Amino acid sequence: MERAPRFAADLAHLPTSAHGPRATTWWGTLGFILIEATGFALAAAAYFYLMGQTETWPPGQSPPDWLWGTLQLVLMLASLWPNWWTDRVAHADDLRKVRIGLVAMSAVGLLTLVVRAFEFGALNCRWDDNAYGSMVWVLLGLHATHLITDVGDTLVLTVLMFTKHVEPRRFTDVTDNCVYWNFVVAAWVPLWALLYVVPRVV
Amino acid sequence: MSPRDASPFIRRDGPALEEVETYARLERTWATPPGLWGWLSSVDHKQVGRRYIVTAFVFFLLAGLLALAMRMQLAGPEQTLLTPDRYNQIFTMHGTTMMFLFAVPVMEAFAIYLVPLMVGTRAIAFPRLNAFSYWVYLAGGVMLWVAFILNVGPDVGWFSYVPLAGPQFSPGKRTDFWAQMITFTEVAALAVAVEIIVTVFKQRAPGMSLNRIPLFVWGQLVTSFMVVFAMPAVMVSSSMLIMDRLIGTHFFNPAEGGDALLWQHLFWFFGHPEVYIIFLPATGFVSSILPTFARRPIFGYTALVLALVATGFLGFGLWVHHMFVTGLPHLGNSFYTAASMAIAVPSGIQIFCWLATLWDGRPRFATPLLFVIGFIVIFVLGGLSGIMLASVPIDSQVHDTYFVVAHFHYVLIGGAVFPLFGAVYYWFPKFTGRMLSERAGAWNFGLFFVGFNLAFFPMHILGLIGMPRRVYSYPAGLGWDDLNLLATAGATILAAGVLVFLGNVWHSLKYGLVADDNPWGAATLEWATTSPPPSFNFVHIPVVTGSNPLWEEPDGLPVVGGLRVDQRELLLTSVVDAEPEVREPSPEPSIWPLLSATAVTILFIGSIFTPWAVVWGSIPLAVGLIGWFWPKSAPDTPEPVID
Amino acid sequence: MTARLAAPSPSPAGRGRDPCAALGEAKLRLPPAQALLARKAWEGEGKVFPRNLALTLPLCGPLPLPPGAGEGAAPWRRAALALCPLALSACQGIQSALDPAGHQSGRIAGLWWLFLAVLAAIYALVLVLLLIAAFRSRRRRSLPPGPAFRPEEPTERRLTRGLTAWAVGTAAIVLTLTGFSYAVDRDILALGHRAELTIEVTAKQWWWQVKYDDPVPNRSFETANEIRLPVGVPVRVVLKSQDVIHSFWVPNLHGKTDLIPGRVNETVIVADREGRYRGQCAEFCGFQHANMALDVVAMPREQFDAWRESQLAPASAPSDDRSREGQRVFLTSACVMCHTVRGTTAASRVGPDLTHVAARPSLAAGTLPYSKGNLAGWIADPQRIKPGSQMPVVDLSADQLQSVLAYLDGLK
Repeated sequence: MERAPRFAADLAHLPTSAHGPRATTWWGTLGFILIEATGFALAAAAYFYLMGQTETWPPGQSPPDWLWGTLQLVLMLASLWPNWWTDRVAHADDLRKVRIGLVAMSAVGLLTLVVRAFEFGALNCRWDDNAYGSMVWVLLGLHATHLITDVGDTLVLTVLMFTKHVEPRRFTDVTDNCVYWNFVVAAWVPLWALLYVVPRVV
Repeated sequence: MSPRDASPFIRRDGPALEEVETYARLERTWATPPGLWGWLSSVDHKQVGRRYIVTAFVFFLLAGLLALAMRMQLAGPEQTLLTPDRYNQIFTMHGTTMMFLFAVPVMEAFAIYLVPLMVGTRAIAFPRLNAFSYWVYLAGGVMLWVAFILNVGPDVGWFSYVPLAGPQFSPGKRTDFWAQMITFTEVAALAVAVEIIVTVFKQRAPGMSLNRIPLFVWGQLVTSFMVVFAMPAVMVSSSMLIMDRLIGTHFFNPAEGGDALLWQHLFWFFGHPEVYIIFLPATGFVSSILPTFARRPIFGYTALVLALVATGFLGFGLWVHHMFVTGLPHLGNSFYTAASMAIAVPSGIQIFCWLATLWDGRPRFATPLLFVIGFIVIFVLGGLSGIMLASVPIDSQVHDTYFVVAHFHYVLIGGAVFPLFGAVYYWFPKFTGRMLSERAGAWNFGLFFVGFNLAFFPMHILGLIGMPRRVYSYPAGLGWDDLNLLATAGATILAAGVLVFLGNVWHSLKYGLVADDNPWGAATLEWATTSPPPSFNFVHIPVVTGSNPLWEEPDGLPVVGGLRVDQRELLLTSVVDAEPEVREPSPEPSIWPLLSATAVTILFIGSIFTPWAVVWGSIPLAVGLIGWFWPKSAPDTPEPVID
Repeated sequence: MTARLAAPSPSPAGRGRDPCAALGEAKLRLPPAQALLARKAWEGEGKVFPRNLALTLPLCGPLPLPPGAGEGAAPWRRAALALCPLALSACQGIQSALDPAGHQSGRIAGLWWLFLAVLAAIYALVLVLLLIAAFRSRRRRSLPPGPAFRPEEPTERRLTRGLTAWAVGTAAIVLTLTGFSYAVDRDILALGHRAELTIEVTAKQWWWQVKYDDPVPNRSFETANEIRLPVGVPVRVVLKSQDVIHSFWVPNLHGKTDLIPGRVNETVIVADREGRYRGQCAEFCGFQHANMALDVVAMPREQFDAWRESQLAPASAPSDDRSREGQRVFLTSACVMCHTVRGTTAASRVGPDLTHVAARPSLAAGTLPYSKGNLAGWIADPQRIKPGSQMPVVDLSADQLQSVLAYLDGLK
């Protein structure tokens, strides 16, 4: 402070919010996605490890029923489209369309939770039957936690978008939420294969 | 640009605003509110960092006391100072506390405090998450120690091998407290890792391209990525353990298709990178201290960065060397031997670069440099004994003996604690505005160095002549008595060194020499601001023109203007070249992180006693998180002119 | 019986070279209640119980040691030992990786000395460089204490060349060491093909169950906490655990291998010279991990065969009234809930097989050397000697204890 500062530039013209990799929240979301993806990968590795220790897999149970898990897969893959659309209109700061997108995504999210409940009912094993049952429940439970978190987040954002708190940063929040939903769907595809296909083909 | 931003009432820093007024306005904007409420809702990375450091050192002292208790028990054969039950709790608590509550958090703590300053930004990324992580860490540590005091401390080792840690052989709640402590501290560590990554990626001062990032920051960046990939492993495994114990799953139960070695794979997939998570930040300390005191730029910047990255990758390929004696296939083991030895190459490169810096420098032997020299002497020996351990046949003899105890204390105390103490002496003036006493510092170092070697060198020999680890007592006459007594004597000298350190800190806080902005004549940005730094870190965001900015711009750094002074605002720059991109608001202080951390604590501790806690505990947690992220209802108003 | 009690002092002649002699004497302090019982037991034998309630016991059993056991060390090994003077003051004895008595431990020790030599040289180099760096700088410190300086180009170039050489050198050294390590590993493994004898060791909290297998079923037998093997014969050791993870480690013979529940591991040991070695559990296994040792005795083939025959025999019948009474008490008390004595109705397999308990070197998995007095203390209050042990206190009167002692001490 003793010396007069040498100003090299005036940055007042810079925007105060940004979508995607220019914003910190996007990177933060990515960081947590990395952490959770590592968690999924390790849980899947544990699944294969335990599978390798046993003669028959699943040991003594029938594999989970096709219906609900596959319905979940179809539902999630289908949800990618409204999610992509919501992301696009949020980039355009179009409040009316973002509201529509968020309401739709909230509805889809709640629907996946209902389907998930039926999935648990159709696993054909209990978590305390054996290591296979434990593994299956934990994998499905881990993914269910992500579903619940993201659906909760979507619901809160939807409510926010109908209040006076709409400002440019809210649209960034929406796009980050869309990124996260893509991750939740992307995680389900290999998990679905692990839970429903692998026990039938080994 | 939104219309409100264009308002003529908005104040920004720049030539138009006088320096004194800029300072006063920034202070009003960024200062943490006074009083207890303000203290509890602070999101200032420096306050949170200080709390982390102090808390971690308290745990260091507690775990050190446990170490002394063990050394007293083992000073002679067949001693009965401690019962086996107490001893097993003590060595478990010592390891657990040192690893999870001291070593990792204290390195994070320095990152939290220093990284934003070193990259030249006003705040850490996600400051509320940062505050939250501290409260969660504190809650986990306090929970573990309260359990220990109530005689339900964990007693199956810091590694909690199943089935010993499983429901059949460890009934009661002891191991559950251990497993939940893991969850607490890993949540905290993962949060900090994300903050550091984002701070380094997006908040660097203009001009600080990747090749100008200080090595300390590089170290913390690589460490944070290692945390991201390693810590989930221990969270997954400790969750499996607690589920085996509480709701009857069978992950580790061989009778029901589970497997005991699954635990070891998962634990060491975390556990070995953990060593580097502790060590890499310490190399950052060394790479910060050496150039300052050798008074020349570090030799081999690029080589050092590559060594850090290589260590980060290799660190994930070695975990099986903790399992050489479990009967895994020998061919596979040989691969891990090679991988473990390979890590000697990046470590060797680092050592060479440091020696070269000293060699070509004009060193000033202040206390921080003494600790760095001690680091080289001790750490290299630890690294070399690590090469022995990488050999499958040699490991089969010394695995789980006192040789290993000696090895990892050389690596962890030599490799991390010595640099850490050097770092405290180095940055204390920046943290507090006062210098630590150099004379006491020399005593501190001397006692530490002598005590350490006396305590731990004999353990190499003890291991070779047959003394296993984790024994609460040993029979006389196996030739272990004298060496154990020597180790105990060394431990007391080491403890005396710690006492000198505490005295020095206490005395210097009150009476130490007042430090100016850059008392050591260092080159990095944290020394470009006052000691201690103001709440907003820098009056103006500096511009970086080289790897050693303060040396390259002796007349003061150029700065950029245009950030708001009436609102918390950060400058975001591009990832590679650090070109200015966005002015992003930074969150205000908030009580919600504390409330959310409290909700998390209730959920975690509750789930030790009933799995339903996960269900009902999630309700207050959801409330906490919504309150946290819900925007402030007060609209932003331009700040009135100060009279 | 009396002879047994008197036996444990090592012969004066053997004292000089007997590594066990250097063990000195361990003092076992007994708590009052247990001491009282032990005293009763002891005095029943017509002995005077030591006044300070301390039993002074040599740690080593009466087994003779072959001549030259401690002197057989190769000169190079002795010279190397001199490198660590602290170790010299220690007992180079029965539980040391640096005093190899078998093929594998010998190869491993050799590899270790090789690593030590190479790595010590590197360490010395680093220290010398560090010293010079500091020394040089002392000279340069007289330079005016100006601000930091910009390094000169030629210096940087020289240092960069040094760095390259250093990195290449490090890689070459670790590669070479890896090669040596791999070669030794292969060599050690090759021994497994020549194993002639199979022992099954099952670790339990906190003792070792040892089963000598034989193709002829009735030539298999079981013992506990001791392994005897013929000199020069590789022995396959099958390793199992029934509770938690333990680790089988007899450093004088070989490195360790874990015993893991749900898995079966294997190792091979061979003793190249006669002697007594001590093994100890090397994986933390709970409360009494510290007191889970085993005795390994390498003996000439004929002696081993004789021992084997003696172990195959059922327990000797009690020879006097006292012992007969003891057997009756044993077979009607809680003892039979856990223990087997072959030839009697006691056939439980929870605790160690006691058929030849009095012929073993130690009690409670190496916690105490075998003597009748120690056996008395152990039965009277196992929880004081080995807190947390699975062996409960069996409610016996002094007289009953006396009888049981007489009986068990006869189980040679």
